[in-house]
Amino acid sequence: MKKELLKFLAFAVLVLAAPYALSGGYIMNVLVFVGINTMLAVALNLLLGYAGQISLGHAGFFGLGAYLSGILTTTAGWNPWLVMPLAAALVGVMAFVIGFPILKLKGHYLAMATLGLGIIIYIVFNETVDYTGGPSGLSGIPNLSAGSITFDSDVKNYYLIWSFTLAVCLFAINLANSRVGRALRAIHDSEVAARVVGVNARLLKVQIFALSAMISALAGSLYAHTMTFISPASFGFNFSIELLTMVVIGGLGSIYGSFLGAALLTLLPEFLRAAQDYDIVIYGGMLMVMVMFMPGGLVRGVPDLVRKLVKPRGGDRHA
Amino acid sequence: MLEVSGITQIFGGVTALEDVSFSINKSDITGVIGPNGAGKTTLFNIITGIYTQTAGKVILEGRDVSGLPAERLAPLGMVRTFQNIELFGGMTVLENVMVGMHTRSSCGLLACSLKMPWAMKEESRIRAGALRWLEFAGIADLADVVAGNLPFGQGRLLEIARSLAVEPRIILMDEPAAGLNSQETLGLARLIRSIRDMGITVVLVEHDMELVMDICDRIVVLNLGKKLAEGTPREIQDNREVIAAYLGDE
Repeated sequence: MKKELLKFLAFAVLVLAAPYALSGGYIMNVLVFVGINTMLAVALNLLLGYAGQISLGHAGFFGLGAYLSGILTTTAGWNPWLVMPLAAALVGVMAFVIGFPILKLKGHYLAMATLGLGIIIYIVFNETVDYTGGPSGLSGIPNLSAGSITFDSDVKNYYLIWSFTLAVCLFAINLANSRVGRALRAIHDSEVAARVVGVNARLLKVQIFALSAMISALAGSLYAHTMTFISPASFGFNFSIELLTMVVIGGLGSIYGSFLGAALLTLLPEFLRAAQDYDIVIYGGMLMVMVMFMPGGLVRGVPDLVRKLVKPRGGDRHA
Repeated sequence: MLEVSGITQIFGGVTALEDVSFSINKSDITGVIGPNGAGKTTLFNIITGIYTQTAGKVILEGRDVSGLPAERLAPLGMVRTFQNIELFGGMTVLENVMVGMHTRSSCGLLACSLKMPWAMKEESRIRAGALRWLEFAGIADLADVVAGNLPFGQGRLLEIARSLAVEPRIILMDEPAAGLNSQETLGLARLIRSIRDMGITVVLVEHDMELVMDICDRIVVLNLGKKLAEGTPREIQDNREVIAAYLGDE
């Protein structure tokens, strides 16, 4: 437990100090996205890595948060800080209600159902032009402000987003190492055995689905307020797949793995500008290589690799 | 303690169990035996809420629990183990047993994630309790081993320790001696006796006749989905129909 806390503190210090080491609006802006994507990857990881339930519709929940915040703070003119928890709660309730029938499904069928859900949400964003602005998007979303500070610069946004991201990470780490987290992992490993010792697998899966959707919606609200402009293209099927890739590449069931995956997949496109439309091919290739050679993700695979390289051949290490 | 009456189970057109009734006394070790395909595991799956029977009732301590799902039975004091041990393979031995204490603890998602003081207190109670059960089963030294890496025999002990952490009043074991060597089987017999001595009722499906005859107070024999006989080990050993079912008519 102590070790877990120290690890988190080291991570937090690294994150908070980063702006002093790095400079330039461009890199700060990219790191804001890393923060948002980390939040989303952690949310999906709680569902996929811990409870073992897949979702291909998480971009939809992300979008719902963004649009609820966007619409209610512009058209209705509500206070952004008020809308944020409200949006998360609404999306959570929605996911809870939908979760009951959907999470009865397993494996491929669950993947198909969540895929369908994501696509429906995406279509709603495009078609309800009166509210969302349709394909051309919604603009003029206000920046968040606290007292006299308005979060309108890259560095300010960095601290805004990352304080939420760190809070979400700490929340998830605590959850994973608790009674509820153990029950989730138990469902993942053997649902029947978990039920026999009294874990209400069905309810718990729905609860974690709702929680995961709520965190995604929160990330969506923050995204809307930092970007000030949103359009359906950011919340489509492709992004759901990208989130899944982040979680798998980083490492299923590891919160820091989600950060690594999110960082890699957010930074990589910046370096792959030259590859243009072939980036999706590169993602696919990466996913295949990872699943084949590092099924535990970067967070477990890299230390293993280092150990293999450092240790001379013939050294016996079975533990 | 436990009473089953008129249990019938039909899968498609196949009758796996037909009108099976018997009752199990408190603090007894009861063996359920029978040739392969007799319906023993099906019966266990019905009693423990994995399957829902076509007809018949399961009464646990006077309460009709027919059709209740598995997760509702643990809080009522009934738990089981599996023929091909079902462990939480990615978790440590200690964590496996900690999951066993799920119904004996209550902190919710928020309290756990926010590390509320009462959640932390409960967490250390769960940890201490789980360690005690590991000691009882004699595998406390393996607490930090990942359960998926355990040899079969120790996996079996872990599954039993995890079941005991539920604090059951009745435990059903599906072939606990399967895959164990003779040394491990002796240890298992001792463990089962000490579980009974704590006042827990034990029911086991088992093929190892030596073990069954040695530790059971009563035996129920199933054959081809029907109850063939019921009685003390002595009576069962002398029962002509049972001998015929196992060795064939002659």
